[in-house]
Formats: sequence, structure tokens, C-alpha cells
Amino acid sequence: MSTILIIFCVLAAITLSTAFLTIFSRNPIHSALYLVICFFSIAGHYLLLNSQFLAIMHLIVYSGAIMILFLFTIMLMNLNKENEVHKPRITRLGAIVSFCLICIVLILVFINSKPIIGEYVHTGEDYQSIKVLGHVLLNEYMVPFEFASILLLVAMIGAVLLSKKEKTGK
Amino acid sequence: MDSTIIIEKSIIILVVFAITMLMAMYSTLAERKVAAWLQDRIGPNRAGKGGILQPLADGLKLFSKEEFEPNTPNRFLFFVGPAIAMSTALMTSAVIPWGDKFHLFGRDIILQATDIDIALLYIIGILSIGVYGIMIGGWASNNKFSLMGAVRAASQMISYEVAMGLSLIALLMMTGTLSLREISLQQSEMNWNVFYQPLSFLIFLICAFAETNRTPFDLAECETELIGGYHTEYSSMKMGFYLFAEYANMFISSAILAVLFFGGYNYPGMSWAVENWGVNIANIIGIAVLFAKICGFIFFYMWVRWTIPRFRYDQLMHLGWRILIPLSIINIVITGIVILRAEIASYLGF
Amino acid sequence: MSIEAISLSGRKKLVSNKEMTFWERMYLVAIVKGLMITLRHLFSKKVTIQYPEQQRTMSPVYRGQHQLKRDEQGRENCTACGLCALSCPAEAITMKAAERKPEEKMLYREEKYASIYEINMLRCIFCGLCEEACPKDAIYLTTSKVLVPANYDREDFIFGKDKLVMPLDIAMKNAQLKNAN
Repeated sequence: MSTILIIFCVLAAITLSTAFLTIFSRNPIHSALYLVICFFSIAGHYLLLNSQFLAIMHLIVYSGAIMILFLFTIMLMNLNKENEVHKPRITRLGAIVSFCLICIVLILVFINSKPIIGEYVHTGEDYQSIKVLGHVLLNEYMVPFEFASILLLVAMIGAVLLSKKEKTGK
Repeated sequence: MDSTIIIEKSIIILVVFAITMLMAMYSTLAERKVAAWLQDRIGPNRAGKGGILQPLADGLKLFSKEEFEPNTPNRFLFFVGPAIAMSTALMTSAVIPWGDKFHLFGRDIILQATDIDIALLYIIGILSIGVYGIMIGGWASNNKFSLMGAVRAASQMISYEVAMGLSLIALLMMTGTLSLREISLQQSEMNWNVFYQPLSFLIFLICAFAETNRTPFDLAECETELIGGYHTEYSSMKMGFYLFAEYANMFISSAILAVLFFGGYNYPGMSWAVENWGVNIANIIGIAVLFAKICGFIFFYMWVRWTIPRFRYDQLMHLGWRILIPLSIINIVITGIVILRAEIASYLGF
Repeated sequence: MSIEAISLSGRKKLVSNKEMTFWERMYLVAIVKGLMITLRHLFSKKVTIQYPEQQRTMSPVYRGQHQLKRDEQGRENCTACGLCALSCPAEAITMKAAERKPEEKMLYREEKYASIYEINMLRCIFCGLCEEACPKDAIYLTTSKVLVPANYDREDFIFGKDKLVMPLDIAMKNAQLKNAN
């Protein structure tokens, strides 16, 4: 076994176990912290694929911003005590069915997708540095990139509008 | 990868680690001394000559203090908090270029633990992770004051990270690289970025104050309202870790400020020194210059601490969201216009 | 000239509520000014006195713990006239007089003496008026640096004769010194 394989196995074990712990732990704060560890190990997977930019972006966006806001809300809401709402049986059944469907779709995708690793080990080309990424993003994928940024902007403005207090007594 | 590189890098990492610790240790003494001087006092001068052994005495005291543990359901997280704070404070030093190439034993030695091409993003990433130490510690203390302190610290750091990132974008548009090594190479002699990006520097400086939780932004440990803030329940060396992490953070952020805006190890006349005195001597001077700049910034941190009173929380948020962020966006636009004008001018052959 | 405009010290500043200009609202100039003020203090003379090595000289009018004097033969001066109690603005002194017996002649100078003499140290303001009022030079405020020590009970702050009267051996020593001179 090569070192990279060992690291991959360890990372995968951490990812899976923390992902399950996120779902199963009773305390919402613990759950959020497990999710943080899960995100860290996923960043590790990106690093194994030699994509530094993606890894660090994943860290900044998910662990650095989103999960902190999550933790924030959980801490302020004080969900320490177990006050779960009992869900009706039909909802649970629906959840299980949709989970199975997604699993089937994902498995089919993974089976049918072409492995590209074999091709890119040998070319020795630089696929990952930010220079290359920037060129690719702003030349070939210019339009989708701009669309994504507009989508984010719209989402941001929408969030601001939603959270703004409506003026009463007009 | 040959073994010499591993040995070389481990030595550099060890030395950087030791220096960071030493600087953090002596920052505590410097803080007390500067505070005393600014208030017309002398400051600690009993331990050793002129108080030179005071940090050791402080450390010894912290180690021998009783370890208090609050009645918390999360003993593990209570321990993890200071550990995360400390390790994130130390991690950032990996990408800082402490000097140019040394030429020793027939090989070039780069004074940097690692030269990744996403160094700036790495720093921002580590900064954003640094919030966890405070948040987890504050929450696990099982104390309302700690929780309030932690929540304040987290929201403050998240808010100022945005302005910090935006102010750096203007700088990046100019330098065209994220690698700190290349950025410091570009600022050779007196081509310091602070002359080209003063607004960006100002915003970054303010955000650095906020990120390191220093006065005027030390609302996370605002004594008048929150007792000790997030470390109210901590004692002994766990408390020491939090305090130490703050000073390590201060050192690292001073180093980043020096490298990004004040030319890093560059000094006027460096190329002349390289020609006449050789690479190694020029480099040693460079390292000394970098450390002088860092010490200057650390002094500035302390100087401001004893000058400006603490902000109110709504003022802090107002400054972060409604002044600094629009200002940094304006800065980006101005930088873009200038770069575009230069490109058009060169295209048309002016 | 209206009364509002008069400034005898020449340093009067009128507080105004005027709108700040853009530059003033930036606070940058104000911050730099403040930094300069603190920087000036960095180089100013330090006021610290390094205590155990360096000691401040006592004020010549320092008034410390009270003492009831003895004369050269070791007899108490106090005659329990009560003038000190009368002059005390804080009502701290109280006493009870007694007549001297013939065998006590070497203990008390006058025929009447204070059998109880108490000063309530919680009330005393160390003004020294008792010292000025005393016709017999009996009560003095010494230059002793030991002031009233801390205690748990209020009763312990009422100093009786056991704490106030000058010890006999010191009185004898003083008498010897005086004779030598």
C-alpha cells in the first residue's frame, strides 16, 4: 500500500464516521462540530487530489463561514435539552424512500462515470494552480462563472430584503 | 523528495516555531512595559535585569496555579478550545517568508517553511478557523458570560474577515499573485505596497486589530460587561494558552502586515549589499529589517491599545459593515480603473 | 461683556453641538492626535518611586498614631481634664477620671488621672486638635508609620490606655537622653 492510499483510507474513515456522528449525536452542538471535522477531512481529500485552491476555498467557505454561523445560531437558540418534535410516520417513510432513491442515482453515476485519473497523472501538466484555474474560469467558463456570481448577488440582496424590517404606519 | 530538503525544512519550522514562541513570550513583557511607559510608570523590573525574566516568572506562576474546571457537560471541548486557539495561531507562520535565499553548502536555502501559491488564501482560511478555539472554549465553559464573549468574538471576526478579504483583493489585483514570497520579491528596494495601496493598508490594519481581538476591538473580553469574556472560566495554563495565542496572533499578523505592505525583508540598498557583501550577509540584514518592522507593528498594537478606548458593539458592527466593506469595494474599483488605464495606455503605445 | 463670554482663567471652552465635518467624522486626525499625546508620555519623566530602595520623605506635618506622654520620671502627664475630648471634632475621645492614691505617686504626675482613656480609631480623623488643646502636653500625634491596623471587630478599633500610653522603658530612655544633652 502506498502512503497516499493509507492517508486516503484514514481520511475516508474520518469523513464517514464523523458524517454518521453528525446525524446520530443528540447534542446539536456536537453534531455541528462533527460536521466541521467532516469538512476538514473532505478538504484533506481535495489536497490528496492535489487541488490546493479547492481545499482552501472549502475550508474558508464551509468550516470558516457557514459552520461558524451554524454554531452561532445553535448556541443562541440553546437547544441543549432534548425537545425533539415527534415526526409522523409518513414523513419518516418518505425520508427513507427519498434517501434510497438518491443512493441509487449516486451509485449509477459513479458506476457510469469515466475515470480520468489515468490520463492526468502522465501528462504532468499544471491543472491546479490558481493561474490555470483563473484562465479556465474566465475564458472557457466565463458565462457560467458570471451567472454563478449573479446568482450569489441576487441571493444576497434577497436575504437583506427579507431580514429588513418593514416600515409600519405608512 | 530528497532527505536534505526534509531536514532543511524541519530545521526552519523548528526555528520559526521557537522564534514565534519567544516573540509571544516577550510580547507579554513588552505589553506591560509599553503600557507602563505610556502611563509615566516604569513597569515590571524586578525579575532579572530590567524585568528580562518576567515572562518566565509569569509562565511559572501560570503552571503552578490551581487548575479549575467548571461544572461542564463537555470536559473534552473545554480542553480543546485553548488547544485550537494556540495551534491556529502558530499555523499561519508556515507561509511567511522570513528572508530571501541563503547560499550555504553549495545550495540555495529558502527561509520559508513552505511556499504554496495560495499562501494568502491559506492565511485567511486559518484566521477563519481560529474563531473555533474561542467559540468552543466559550461554549464549553457553561457560563453565560463566556458564551456572550464567544458569540461576540465570533461575530466580530466573521464581520471583519469580509472587509479584510476585500481589502486584500485590491492588493492582489496589483501584485497578480497569492504567494507571499513573490509578493515580497516584487517589493524590492522601496517598492513597498503601502505606497501604492494606502487605503487597502489602512483597512487591513483595522481588520487585523479586530481579528486579533485587540483594543479598540476587544469586546470579546470586555471586562466591564463580560468579566473575562470567553476565558472567564479558564485558569492555570489553559488560560495561559489563550493569552499566549493572542500574543502569537499579534506577532503573526504584524509579520503579515510587514510582508504584504511594508516590503517584508526588503530594505533600500539590498541589491547593493548583495553585490558588495554577498548574498548571506545581505540576507541577515534583511531578516533583521523584517524583525524590526514586525517589532514596530507590535509596538503600534500596544501604542493604540493604550490610546483609544473600546468601541461600543453597535459602533463596531457599523464600522465593519457600513464603512470598511464599501470602502474596500471602492478601493477595488479604483485599482481596477488604474490597472485598466495602464493597460490601455500600453496597448495604444503611449 | 456678557457673563457667558468672561473667562478669568483664559482656558474657557464653550461646548457646542455643531455638526461634524466629513474629516472630523473620519476620526483619523483625532486618532493621530491621541497617538501623539501618548507618544509624548512615552518619553516623559517617570513618576515611579522604587519603594523599598527609594522612599519618599515624610511630610513635616505628618500626624500618626496618638500617644499619651510620660514625663522624665515615667509618670503619666494626663490629668483627665477632658479638653481633648471637647476639642475633638469627631467625638472620638472619651475618658474617666480617678483620684491618685498616695502610693501611686510615681505613676501619675497630677493628683487626678485618667483611669480609662479611649480613642475610637474609626472616628478619629487625625486632625491633631487634641494635641493643641492639651494643657499638660499629655497627648501627642507621633510620626509613627504604623497607622490603625486592620481588624475583624469594631471593638478592637477602640484603643485604650494599653495601646496609647508611652511604654515605660522608652520614657526612661528619653529621660536619659535628655540628661545627657
